Amino acid sequence: MDDRLNQALSLLPERLGWHVTLSAAALALGLLIALPLGVLAARSPRLRWISLAGAGLIQTIPSLALLALFYPLLLLLSGLSVKLTGHGFSALGFLPSLLALTLYSMLPILRNTAAGLTGVDPAVVEAARGVGMTDRQRLWRIELPIALPVIMAGVRTAAVWTIGAATLSTPVGQTSLGDYIFSGLQTEDWVAVLVGCAASAVLALVVDQLLGLIETGVGRRKRGLWIGGLAGLALGLVAALAPLAGGALSQGRPSYVIGAKNFSEQYILAELMAGKLEAKGGRVERKINLGSAVAYRALAAGEIDAYVDYSGTLWANVLNRKDNPGRAAVLDQLKTGLKERDGVVLLAPLGFENAYALAMRRDKAQALGIKTLADLAAKGSNLTMGGDLEFFSRPEWKSVESAYGLSFKARRQFQPTFMYRALGSGEADVISAFSSDGRIAADDLVLLGDPKGALPPYDAVILVSPKRTGDKRLIGALSPLAGTIDVKTMQAANYAVDRDAGKLSAAEAARMLTR
Amino acid sequence: MTAIVLEKIGKTYDGGAVLETASLSIAKGQFVALVGGSGAGKTTLLKTINALIAPTSGRVLIDGQDVAGQPGPALRRRIGYVFQEVGLFPHLTVAQNIGVTPSLLDWPADRIAARVEMLLDLVDLPPDVAARLPAALSGGQRQRVGVARALAAEPSILLMDEPFGALDPVTRVALAADVRRLHEALGLTTVMVTHDVGEALLMADRVVVMAGGKIIADDTPAALMAGHPDPRVADLIAAPRRQAEKLAALAHG
Repeated sequence: MDDRLNQALSLLPERLGWHVTLSAAALALGLLIALPLGVLAARSPRLRWISLAGAGLIQTIPSLALLALFYPLLLLLSGLSVKLTGHGFSALGFLPSLLALTLYSMLPILRNTAAGLTGVDPAVVEAARGVGMTDRQRLWRIELPIALPVIMAGVRTAAVWTIGAATLSTPVGQTSLGDYIFSGLQTEDWVAVLVGCAASAVLALVVDQLLGLIETGVGRRKRGLWIGGLAGLALGLVAALAPLAGGALSQGRPSYVIGAKNFSEQYILAELMAGKLEAKGGRVERKINLGSAVAYRALAAGEIDAYVDYSGTLWANVLNRKDNPGRAAVLDQLKTGLKERDGVVLLAPLGFENAYALAMRRDKAQALGIKTLADLAAKGSNLTMGGDLEFFSRPEWKSVESAYGLSFKARRQFQPTFMYRALGSGEADVISAFSSDGRIAADDLVLLGDPKGALPPYDAVILVSPKRTGDKRLIGALSPLAGTIDVKTMQAANYAVDRDAGKLSAAEAARMLTR
Repeated sequence: MTAIVLEKIGKTYDGGAVLETASLSIAKGQFVALVGGSGAGKTTLLKTINALIAPTSGRVLIDGQDVAGQPGPALRRRIGYVFQEVGLFPHLTVAQNIGVTPSLLDWPADRIAARVEMLLDLVDLPPDVAARLPAALSGGQRQRVGVARALAAEPSILLMDEPFGALDPVTRVALAADVRRLHEALGLTTVMVTHDVGEALLMADRVVVMAGGKIIADDTPAALMAGHPDPRVADLIAAPRRQAEKLAALAHG
């Protein structure tokens, strides 16, 4: 417990630093846009209606979806910019997070600025005109100072929202306090989840209090209060930035970026690859918890240098193939297909498969006499099928569903960790499991046979981005991993991270693979 | 010498006429009261003088210059303006409120400070209110600050729109006397809108009666008291006269 806490806390400076940087930048940008817009909106009822409706609409988009939407959008723009100017920009990480959070922070600032300004006593406005102020002087000397407490209240709300929503920037590749929450949820490391939640909550509270101090100081015209609040904010920002700046100065930019999708095996394999690179003197940044489609696009765009994907996933989702010519043929055709399509190099199959397979509890499968997917098709109408968050929208599911004519009483979606729990508690009878998952052996599950070969093979393969294909250090470090991991070893390493007691970190589990 | 000339001023809002060809010429140093019922167009006429309202037709001349050709803010810094709601700036101290027009004119700080001190004395407020916020003042004190603010940049013209309307009778009479005294002492040209005919007759050199956007009478208080052919004007004058006679009868038993 202490170990896990210490481990979590050791990552805090970097994650908190990024979280503060991201939130502060988004809030500053939000202010820069929403304040002038609010001033204009206060002058024009039509603009007020349009801008408030627009900002309100953005607010109704779930923040995770808003963040996710910016990635493909920026990728498109970056591609366009490469064509027009020859220079692209990173569509992953800071930029999409910043833009989404900025949009998110605008509504309260906009609304309160407009409300604060329209709420100024008309007699005061007339007096300002009467004493000979120009429109600009009236705004700066009279209206804004009078509206300031209301505007500050909006800024406070925006700050708390932004700090909370910034935890959702993890899946688009931005380090934040959300890393604790996403990884912790995945590996059932509740200490990490709690550290992430607590850190983000404390940060939001502190910032809210400091902004409150400024609000009170401005409202009661107490200079000491608002200067104190501002100083506190500035001090906090500098303190949060210090570890990042220190890191940047001592290391420069990381020379390699290793990616990982959002589950334990991916964290372990990313650590494995990072370890090999670091052993050869490379500096490595890890971008973990990437969405499945985000990871491949990021690799093709050169935003990450290497990550592990699975042949069947690439076969269906990238090459859009629905046939199944067999394990070796799929690998062969992928190698040429990915190279041709995106310049991506399929470096090495690691030696094990992490296949999609439908799994049931052994006792239940035996009681119902289900051994294969064909058996399941006959009995399925009384059973509940549980899938991970993407399974039912994947082509593999469509192919299994149509090959065997599967139908179920109900379908439910789970975060993978809870999917296994649901199988244990009977909330699901069949789940979409992964063949390398350590919980299959640990929970005594059976994988249902696939006599028609509807599910493609899922060899774990290292992919390398087009711009690194000639990088001797990277190729030299990662090529020897080919064929070194069998499915039993991977299951054991996965279980070491996923189990409830005596958990290992992903880096520790990675060392189990190199023995 | 004429300070203010209004030439056939008309004003329409959404097709409805609020003012119809009102003409008026006010000599330097005169104290003119504009009276009439609500909707008579008094306030609109007053606000065309400092260009808070632009007339639809006609011209306004201040010291011989057409107002339409001048930037409004610069014009208004030369003309004092007091209105019923006062409109003190709630986030500024009394001293900052009074000094606002001089500061817009970039007066040096010490000159503004001296002027504020003098004006507080002139409107009969103690010097220690200078550092207070308007919220800490009584209604009468606030209007005194309003008058001081209007006079701060040494204007030669003072416009007042129902300046005493929200005050209690005792304060009202005291402040009215002070304003008349200031008018004399500073050599101002003053135009005051009021619906209180008695106040107008007692304070002004000249009373202009308005109805339906037109000027229907324009004379000295004494001449108006002597009688007027227009029954609307006669009725307006009769009311305070009857009240005064009754009060006199009460006083004499």
